[in-house]
Amino acid sequence: MHGTRILDEADRLMTVCNSCRYCEGLCAVFPAMEMRRAFSDGDLNYLANLCHSCGACYVDCQFSPPHEFNVNVPQTLAVARAESYAAYAWPQALSGAFARNGLVISIAAALSMAAFIFGFAVLNDRSVLFGVHTGPGAFYKLMPHNAMAALFSAAFLYAILALIMSVRAFWRDIGVPIGGRADGGSMFQAIRDAGELRYLHGGGVGCYNEDDRPTDRRKLYHHLTFYGFLLCFAATSVATLYHYLLAREAPYPVWDLPVVLGTLGGIGLIAGTVGLFVAKLRRAPELLDENRYGMDVGFIAMLFLTGLTGMLLLVLRETAAMGPLLALHLGAVFALFITMPYGKFVHGLYRFAALVRYAQERRSEAGT
Amino acid sequence: MSSKYDVLVIGGGNAALCAAIAARRGGASVLVLEGAPKFYRGGNTRHTRNMRCAHDAATEILTGPYTEEEFWEDLLRVTGGKTDEELARHMIRESKDILNWIVEQGVRWQPSLGGTLSLGRTNSFFLGGGRAMLNALYLTAERLGVDVEYDAEVTDLVIEDGMFLAARLKRPIKGETEIRATSLVAAAGGFEANIEWLKQYWGEAADNFLIRGTPYNRGSILKMLLDKGVQEVGDPTQCHAVAIDARAPKFDGGIITRHDSVVFGIVVNKHAQRFYDEGEDIWPKRYAIWGRLVAAQPDQIAYIIFDSTVVTSFMPTLFPPIAGQSVAELAGKLELDPAALEKTITEFNAAVRPGTFDHTILDDCVTEGITPPKTHWARKIETPPYLAYPVRPGITFTYLGTRVTKEARMLMADGKPSANMFAAGEIMAGNVLGKGYAAGMGMTIGSVFGRIAGREAARHAKN
Repeated sequence: MHGTRILDEADRLMTVCNSCRYCEGLCAVFPAMEMRRAFSDGDLNYLANLCHSCGACYVDCQFSPPHEFNVNVPQTLAVARAESYAAYAWPQALSGAFARNGLVISIAAALSMAAFIFGFAVLNDRSVLFGVHTGPGAFYKLMPHNAMAALFSAAFLYAILALIMSVRAFWRDIGVPIGGRADGGSMFQAIRDAGELRYLHGGGVGCYNEDDRPTDRRKLYHHLTFYGFLLCFAATSVATLYHYLLAREAPYPVWDLPVVLGTLGGIGLIAGTVGLFVAKLRRAPELLDENRYGMDVGFIAMLFLTGLTGMLLLVLRETAAMGPLLALHLGAVFALFITMPYGKFVHGLYRFAALVRYAQERRSEAGT
Repeated sequence: MSSKYDVLVIGGGNAALCAAIAARRGGASVLVLEGAPKFYRGGNTRHTRNMRCAHDAATEILTGPYTEEEFWEDLLRVTGGKTDEELARHMIRESKDILNWIVEQGVRWQPSLGGTLSLGRTNSFFLGGGRAMLNALYLTAERLGVDVEYDAEVTDLVIEDGMFLAARLKRPIKGETEIRATSLVAAAGGFEANIEWLKQYWGEAADNFLIRGTPYNRGSILKMLLDKGVQEVGDPTQCHAVAIDARAPKFDGGIITRHDSVVFGIVVNKHAQRFYDEGEDIWPKRYAIWGRLVAAQPDQIAYIIFDSTVVTSFMPTLFPPIAGQSVAELAGKLELDPAALEKTITEFNAAVRPGTFDHTILDDCVTEGITPPKTHWARKIETPPYLAYPVRPGITFTYLGTRVTKEARMLMADGKPSANMFAAGEIMAGNVLGKGYAAGMGMTIGSVFGRIAGREAARHAKN
């Protein structure tokens, strides 16, 4: 018996699946399962986070509902996965954020954006807030660069700390001894597997969405979102280097690297998140953890808002709307940062850690 | 639904879909009538996992060649010669091309599954299993324009002088109707789920049989065809049975209820007596005999008994073993006579001779001085906890079928070929598989004869 109802159910299913094994060619979950005969909480959380929710095993299973064995691996692992986010959250006092995550994210976003607008309004003269600013340093007329850098660095560093602590707890629980590290080969394998979403493919045909016809759309939307996010992150990083190394202040010309990267990333974030949201609305409910709807949509919405406000800011930066839009954009990004350890963002890290673990297991099984 | 089709396919498994696809590709309009609801479509195909096809060289997923001749020898061996050589050799020849053809219909292969390495050279496994294979065939059939009806129970066939005219149909919502077609492909399986029919040969014992597939495999089409003058083939009294867990559901427990731990212990009946050499032969032959052996025991129940030293020697099981710290405690839980079970195990242990255990070969671990002996893999059962799986016969398929020609055309009782009736799959498997079984052969029969039947049915309809 495990700590929770869903882990008991996951254990039951893995026992069924381990005596069948028809799905072992579909993804990483089933080969990982076959390396075990019994399943600890950590094992089940590992398998849950290894699952990419492509849905193929449900459509292919001769024992899925209405069969009396009632085998629904994607949904069970989706619930277990979401519960594992709370179980490993750091500090544990904040794990409750996952319980009503949509609400938490919405409030965080609303408060953060309101705070920036209020702050801009209080600290700036009306003529500055609604003024037209152009040329290098335009943004910093509304908020001094050092204040902006200090605030966002603090939020970012906190998020990094909380995420590292959470993943560390997960890493230990899925069977890696304390001090156990990932080898380079396994890391590289996991980076490739995550980078191409190798296991979001239904064994080759695509994942299952609203019916029994597989497609690759969710994979495409996820790529747009993920690489869009990375491009935006790269844009910010390049801009930071410009600022400190070259003493060149934002905003930059549209042809310049930070703007080009940010624009491409922003388009990816907007298109990808809209695609993911529509796909989520249409997806067969039996494949989803519907209680976690708020968490999924909350994260999608945060990324969408970040992309949208960023793009609007680019387009309207030479107008009077720049001040309020900058406040909105900074508010969205700030909220995204501080909620990262307590929202759907963590799925990427746990899944990556699970993929590293899987690559390790495969290598040790192959004896290399 | 139009009232007249070129080809009517009755059944919804591998053979039926291969026939429907081949007929549609041959230019015919095709209707598939599946008696089961959509989820349970496909009869036994939903529980399969591989197909045995001849091939002259290793492939991406097959580890080496498996020639036509070797396939034929395997078939000859498992059937003990009860096969139609011309038909069988034709099937084996055609199976080579099926390996590629089935992929063109959307089915994907994968190397043999964990725990089945012995099949890696001969059998191609379906990626995702039999239901994944079925799903792919249905998607292809629907894309090509094949009509499919579920819950479509055929209540009568109108046949005159060996000529199919129409099928009468009862549907839960749309009511009764009659469907005419120029050709018929019967691919509706055997009667393994029809307990009343099984009772004709097995008596009341059949009440204790568990059926490994869905409750829809009732053989009603087979019965209609035989009643209307189609020649029968195969022993009606025989069915393929394996030992499955007695705690399995009555129907559709599929592959996961099987047990292959017989060689690691002993098997006793309800009187706690051994009744057969548990070490007689290597997998998969031993796998296929134990259903029949248990069926012959009182109340059709037996218990595989082993000890804690061998638990990890076989694949994890769906149902956990029943455990007791002593033989007596285990006997109590199994509701066996403790003294009798203790005596059986004590005598067995005393008869075990020293040897070198190796479950992958016919090793030299034997018993001496007991009847029946255990001629391989005999080791003492002495390390608690003592463990047991209760087993019953699990019926997989039946051998009775319709006789067919190389064109999959049914032969009538008077020896004349039917003008427009074809059969494929389990309903005619008895032509090539008079008895016994080798892994993946049912799917070979289904795909090869399904494709032939569909092609010939379309050719007849378009002429």
